[in-house]
Amino acid sequence: MIDVLIDGLSWACLLAGGVFCSIGALGLLRMPEFYTRLHAASVTDTLGAGLVLLGLILQAGLTLVAVKLVIIGLLLFFTGPVAAHALAKAALNRGLKPLLAEADAESLATETSPAPTPDDRPLSPAVEGAPSKP
Amino acid sequence: MRNDMVLRVVGKLLIPFILMFALYVQFHGDFGPGGGFQAGTIVAAAIIFYAIIYGLNTARRVLPDWVVESMIAIGVLLYIGVGFAGLLLGGNFLDYFVLDSDPVVGQHRGIFWIELGVAITVFGVLLKIFYLFARRGPN
Repeated sequence: MIDVLIDGLSWACLLAGGVFCSIGALGLLRMPEFYTRLHAASVTDTLGAGLVLLGLILQAGLTLVAVKLVIIGLLLFFTGPVAAHALAKAALNRGLKPLLAEADAESLATETSPAPTPDDRPLSPAVEGAPSKP
Repeated sequence: MRNDMVLRVVGKLLIPFILMFALYVQFHGDFGPGGGFQAGTIVAAAIIFYAIIYGLNTARRVLPDWVVESMIAIGVLLYIGVGFAGLLLGGNFLDYFVLDSDPVVGQHRGIFWIELGVAITVFGVLLKIFYLFARRGPN
């Protein structure tokens, strides 16, 4: 009975981990730019690998293999976010702007630019720009 | 990178464990996956990690060039020494079983020293290659 329960739980963890890894891979391929791709890849690191390792630990039981898997999990837990941080920081230091920052800058530019040319849209930029500011 | 606190803290946290894992790979190589080549690579990776975070000059103060270069030679000499020890004790070159009265113990002893020599040489060569590449300027 308890074996079936543990097996079911372990398979659920393995399947969920696989799904998260697939989502991470899909995000890595389909996201528009570097930072969002990095975000998608870090999902694979934390949830995907963590759940797969948890399923394998449940399969291994209380053995030396389980201890080794826990150590691998700790390694991923510490190194994955640090790698993502280093990549993001290096990209930011080299001047790669996030896509949303450019969009923010453009919207700021369109909010401030209507002052010299007020003829095109007399009221709408100010009205539309105000609620989207926060 | 010298002022990046996250990397420095994680480097301090990880490097001792990387070195310990290298020792595990080294001495567990008789019974499982691993051995001298892998252990030397892991130690070199730890030092390269250190050099990337704390700067090349700091790493070259910790492990100066003459230490690295002599490690290359010491490993090869250890390997050849084990070979000639077998020769002197009445076997062929690199015969392990003559190294002790019990042949199995002799095999273990010979593999231990051979793997140690391999690890030292691989570590020295990899670190020397890294130093040479990293020292070059952008031109």
